[in-house]
Amino acid sequence: MSIFETNTLVVSGVSPEDGIGEAISTRSNIFELTQLAEASVLRPMEYGMFPHDVRAALAYRIAANAGETQLAEHYAAAFGDNYNIAQSRIIEEKLDSTLIPFVDKAAHATKDIVAEDILKLQAVGVSDADIVRLCELIAFVAYQVRVVVGLRLMNGGI
Amino acid sequence: MSKVLHKFTRKVPKWRPRVKPVKLADATPAQLEALKVTPSSTKVSEYVLTLAHDVEILKVRSPLFNAIMYDKGGMSRSERELGAIAASMVNRCVYCAAVHADRHDKLSSSTEVTDKLLARGMNAELSPRDAAIFNLARKLSESPPQANAEDLMALRKVGLKNEEILDLILSTSLFGWANRLMHVLGDPIQLAEDE
Repeated sequence: MSIFETNTLVVSGVSPEDGIGEAISTRSNIFELTQLAEASVLRPMEYGMFPHDVRAALAYRIAANAGETQLAEHYAAAFGDNYNIAQSRIIEEKLDSTLIPFVDKAAHATKDIVAEDILKLQAVGVSDADIVRLCELIAFVAYQVRVVVGLRLMNGGI
Repeated sequence: MSKVLHKFTRKVPKWRPRVKPVKLADATPAQLEALKVTPSSTKVSEYVLTLAHDVEILKVRSPLFNAIMYDKGGMSRSERELGAIAASMVNRCVYCAAVHADRHDKLSSSTEVTDKLLARGMNAELSPRDAAIFNLARKLSESPPQANAEDLMALRKVGLKNEEILDLILSTSLFGWANRLMHVLGDPIQLAEDE
């Protein structure tokens, strides 16, 4: 796979012929690792309480709320029946009414996160391992959103 | 006695996890492989042991972090640290900001930039080049990201080449990731003996 076929570069719309293509090629290892990281957080073998379709739905939600509609569309293809999570309708009230606000806060108001936010997840039965898995997913998508936005700016887009 | 720090500081605090880290003695073979340690190791940080709950991403994130922050060419390492500091200030990751202010100081052999950032925060008056770098990194770190074509043009005006701008985008974005682990999963702690 060419690095220009990795999801991050495809979504950002950058091609090898673009003016920034040469600079991107000098960091090909970083885009290869970014592609691996996406697979590790979106489609891990040990997914805990977050199956792949739920992860895709959450990734969609994080990207869409960050204004990154093209990245959101990339994730939309994978979330199947979990459309409700992406649109923040409550499926399992006790869990989702805690989980979704946490995802939104950690993704978009990171500075406001406090210890109580983690305690709330633990109180509804989310294990410590699943809290770490969830934070890795949120954090990766936050990274990917910014790489895509930055590359698009570099390439002369908005 | 210890207290949670809320203000940015130059002195690197201790990090206290909000979830239970993996116990090295109980670590699975996959966790030990990701940690690159043996069960008899004693120098694994609580942060890394916390992240060991998800070994699949830990194994990828470590080399990705090293490539973005340390690979040769492109932007200087100290300027990549400036991107990391800007992201950490936006996301209020006190621990990350302290660690990377320290690295910036050592790499640039000066505390001038971080003195200004610690004293005046986002309003610090930096050199034109540092200001353009910090501004792009700060705005890219906001949610939704606020960086725009004008900010990109400002980088080009102070002489940054494509390779440098790419490294700034990558290092800033990487700290959008790191902050959401360090700041969300734990607290920066000042120990009583440090006061």
